[in-house]
Amino acid sequence: MPITYTSREQVEVYRFNPAAAILIPLIALFLQAFIPLRLHFFTIFDLPLLVVIFFSVARRSQVSGMLTGATIGLIQDSLTHQPIGIYGIAMTVVGHGASSLGVKLDVENAGSRFLVTLFFYGVHEVIYFAVARGLVGLTLQWSWPHELGSALANAVVAVPLFALLDKFKQRA
Amino acid sequence: MESVLGRYRNLTILVGILFLQVLGLAIQVKRSSENESSRLIRVWAVNAITPFEKGIVWVQHGSSNLWHNYFYLRGVRQENRDLRQQIQQMEIDRVRLSEDANQARRLQALLGFKEQFIARTVAAQVIGSSGSEQSRSVYIDKGANSGLKPDMAVITGDGVVGKTLRVFQSTSQVLLVNDQTSGVGAILEKSRLQGILRGTPAGEIVLEKVMSDQPVQLGDKVLTSGGDQIFPKGLPVGTVTKISPGSELFLSIRVKPAADLSRLEEVLVITQQEEKEPVAADSAPLRAADILAERLPKVPPKPVLDPNKQSAAATTPATTGAKPAAGASTQPQLTKPAGGTPARVMNTASPKHNPAIAPATEDPSKAAAGQEKPAQNATTNAAPANPPSTIPAPQPPPNQPPASQDTPH
Repeated sequence: MPITYTSREQVEVYRFNPAAAILIPLIALFLQAFIPLRLHFFTIFDLPLLVVIFFSVARRSQVSGMLTGATIGLIQDSLTHQPIGIYGIAMTVVGHGASSLGVKLDVENAGSRFLVTLFFYGVHEVIYFAVARGLVGLTLQWSWPHELGSALANAVVAVPLFALLDKFKQRA
Repeated sequence: MESVLGRYRNLTILVGILFLQVLGLAIQVKRSSENESSRLIRVWAVNAITPFEKGIVWVQHGSSNLWHNYFYLRGVRQENRDLRQQIQQMEIDRVRLSEDANQARRLQALLGFKEQFIARTVAAQVIGSSGSEQSRSVYIDKGANSGLKPDMAVITGDGVVGKTLRVFQSTSQVLLVNDQTSGVGAILEKSRLQGILRGTPAGEIVLEKVMSDQPVQLGDKVLTSGGDQIFPKGLPVGTVTKISPGSELFLSIRVKPAADLSRLEEVLVITQQEEKEPVAADSAPLRAADILAERLPKVPPKPVLDPNKQSAAATTPATTGAKPAAGASTQPQLTKPAGGTPARVMNTASPKHNPAIAPATEDPSKAAAGQEKPAQNATTNAAPANPPSTIPAPQPPPNQPPASQDTPH
């Protein structure tokens, strides 16, 4: 029996309606591609990443988290003009990490969700930059203020978004 | 072995998924035809997302049109009046520009230039973006069904936007000029210095490969040079906003794009370009001297003279037979054309005065000699058909005002 810092209620595993499991990531991808046309600043948000974190934490299954991350990441890659796999690798690691953390920590309250999103956004960016620069040879610019600002913005958005997505959760 | 795999099952799966993706990345990076190796995944993803985007854009435009075209018409009368005035002003500008354009075509015809024409464009609606800060590309609602192909120029009325990168059946991906992987052949409008326009990771545009000893000024306009074989020559790209020393001996010139790349709605895709020699509107053979003559300043308005002197002057050049032709070569002449166009003092076509003319005529003296025949016609007929460009006359000294019809006395 592994020692966890969660109550029985918090280690509850959730599942999702198949329609919700497909449509929520698709809507996130759609909004991520559509809103920046009207609101350019929206590119600092990463809705697909937030959805990966949410699903991974809620399902508390590392395999499920990895597959969710890989699938959403690869679709996100397909919408860019860069080689497919950069987002895929980063999201796979995030999915695995978020589901692993979900088992150990209380991630049902707003504060922990804020911190988890802040942390995994950083992990995602580091992996993305490492893969893009190291494997693909892209010239990317790392800016600490920009990355910290984006991480905070995503963490702030994650709290109400996760509360909204909680409505689609079903006890397994 | 099995127990180890079972114990670290999740880790093994993680490594396996990552390995597959790294392998896929390596294949894509290595292959030059990256488009083909991953096309199917992209087609699926684009087909899954773009129908929603098209639907939203369609509904948005429909409701917007309904509101603006049928309900919200306040101020339309005033706007109509303003636009009418604007049209009148633009019509005046158009006539002037049309004259300049005709003249440019004649010069190009003389010099044997080939000109690129935008023969056909397709209007398209921007329906989506990549959604990533690292990939500056947008999706448009036209694809192979509308005749689009990869590497076609995409523009707006303001300037260059980018080029088509991937073309699907009913959508296309457009790589914007501010993406770091894009490159556009560009030229500075005033200094005619050529360079390569590239995007930066931060989404700015920089003009590269301009030597640091070249004169570049803030506010200079940047145009396409046509050297990349994608964008036709002369399209506006942007304005120079910052000049700083770049790597090695080159300048780093930051350019503000002419088109607002963050607020794209409608674009034009240039689907067909034609390269042909410009055809001068005037069918009559033109000489360099003629063109130069048209560019000369007009004669000042005729001063009011004594009626006696005026009548004497009027009879002199037109009625004295062939002699005035000789006079024309020795002193400036003024003739009144049949069409009532303002008369001018003509000049010989000397390359010293307009170097652009020099290549058109091998020997400037020939051009001057060629002018003499029409000059004789002018003097014999008194009212030539095309007088402004037919009478040669020596260039007056710079300080001396051009002679008028009254001066021979």
